[in-house]
Amino acid sequence: MTYLAKSPWIIHYDASSCNGCDIEILACLTPMYDVERFGIINTGNPKHADIFVVTGSINEANREVIQNIYNQMPDPKVVVAVGICACSGGVFRECYNIAGGIDKLIPVDVYVPGCAARPESIIDGIVTALGVLEEKRKNRVSSPMVTDHDHKAHHKHAEGGAQ
Amino acid sequence: MINIVWGIVFVLIAPVVGGLIAGIDRKITAHMQGRVGPSILQPFYDVGKLFEKEQTVVNETQTFYAICYIIFMIFTGALFFASGDLLLVIFALTLAQIFLVLGAFAANSPYSYVGAERELLQIMAYEPMVILTAVGLFVATKSFNVNEIAATTTPLILLLPGIFLGFLYVLTIKLRKSPFDISTSHHAHQEIVKGVTTEYSGPSLGLIEITHWYETVFLLGFVYLFFGFNPLIGVAAVIVIYLLEILIDNTNARVKWQFMVKSSWLIAAVVSVVNLAALYFLSGGVP
Ligand code: SF4
Repeated sequence: MTYLAKSPWIIHYDASSCNGCDIEILACLTPMYDVERFGIINTGNPKHADIFVVTGSINEANREVIQNIYNQMPDPKVVVAVGICACSGGVFRECYNIAGGIDKLIPVDVYVPGCAARPESIIDGIVTALGVLEEKRKNRVSSPMVTDHDHKAHHKHAEGGAQ
Repeated sequence: MINIVWGIVFVLIAPVVGGLIAGIDRKITAHMQGRVGPSILQPFYDVGKLFEKEQTVVNETQTFYAICYIIFMIFTGALFFASGDLLLVIFALTLAQIFLVLGAFAANSPYSYVGAERELLQIMAYEPMVILTAVGLFVATKSFNVNEIAATTTPLILLLPGIFLGFLYVLTIKLRKSPFDISTSHHAHQEIVKGVTTEYSGPSLGLIEITHWYETVFLLGFVYLFFGFNPLIGVAAVIVIYLLEILIDNTNARVKWQFMVKSSWLIAAVVSVVNLAALYFLSGGVP
């Protein structure tokens, strides 16, 4: 095991989450679960982060933000989608403003389902992500620069939206 | 009278000691908050990880400034432990600090700018007291030479209690501990603005982290000067002082920069004037 797996720093972004999953992520930081014992730190800076944890699904307001955060993170990096909203859109999938899960926009490595995802499964997802992170480092995978050039605002969302 | 050996020892050992201190700091902090906390070696893992990451820079010169920062910090510490001139040590420390500020200004980012401005304010806040500490040590020992100060048999802490308290006050600023962690902090991980280090990533952030280890060891060496009359008491005092800093860090919320600058200047002015005047009269008016 290299250092990367021992010191994963996380950036957490709340896309259009109902805040349920965010509370569960914060629960991971409390003395009860204390993820810092694994060296996991919740940073607020994409440039310091290794793991991008997203809750909630994509909408028009946050798609640019998600791409921006993803692009700013230095390689190797992984994305963890926490909660069913981030995985597929969940109960909001049919909403007119929702474009679907996070993987519609950026490559997602680990999906943590659940509504809300339990702290245990979030920690499990992060630990799985460490394996992916390590693999990416070994194979020197360079992540793509994601852009939104071909996206037209407010078109009828493919797959995700009500059709 | 430069003692090269000690300088080299500092350069080689300080990162190990400083990293361990940072690890123990995090462990104790976690216990104070009722958590298990990371391994004591965690800071080494963190820095090891940072060197495994990709280097992304906004501006090429940023990395240059980070390298200058660590070089001058090592120079400061090495000069101190090689028993150089205390004033030169302090000026080298300021220069190192300025490189950190320049590095933050080099990236055209508002967060980085705010961090750099706050770092400048911190320098402004602690600098008078640090210089007055050197003055106090000179008045008490008639020497600016670190070796001679450390080797004096008079307990300097009894001659300079006020100056020592003032120095402790600014030590909190220097160690980037709450309530004075206004430019960047080690513990408030969730803030958006990571201050001066916002635009650093990967290896250059690792360099800055290592520089902090050097700085911590150097500052604790500075604390030791006051207790040079008895090495045992000296080491014990350094440990107690650091534990005290951790306690302060965990029990205080961050203050506004205005309060930091005003209070540290006020304390510097009051304690050092009173202390130096008392020293002057005690020595029978002969400076
Ligand atoms: S998965 Fe459930 S708890 Fe999480 S953001 Fe969606 S609706 Fe909220």
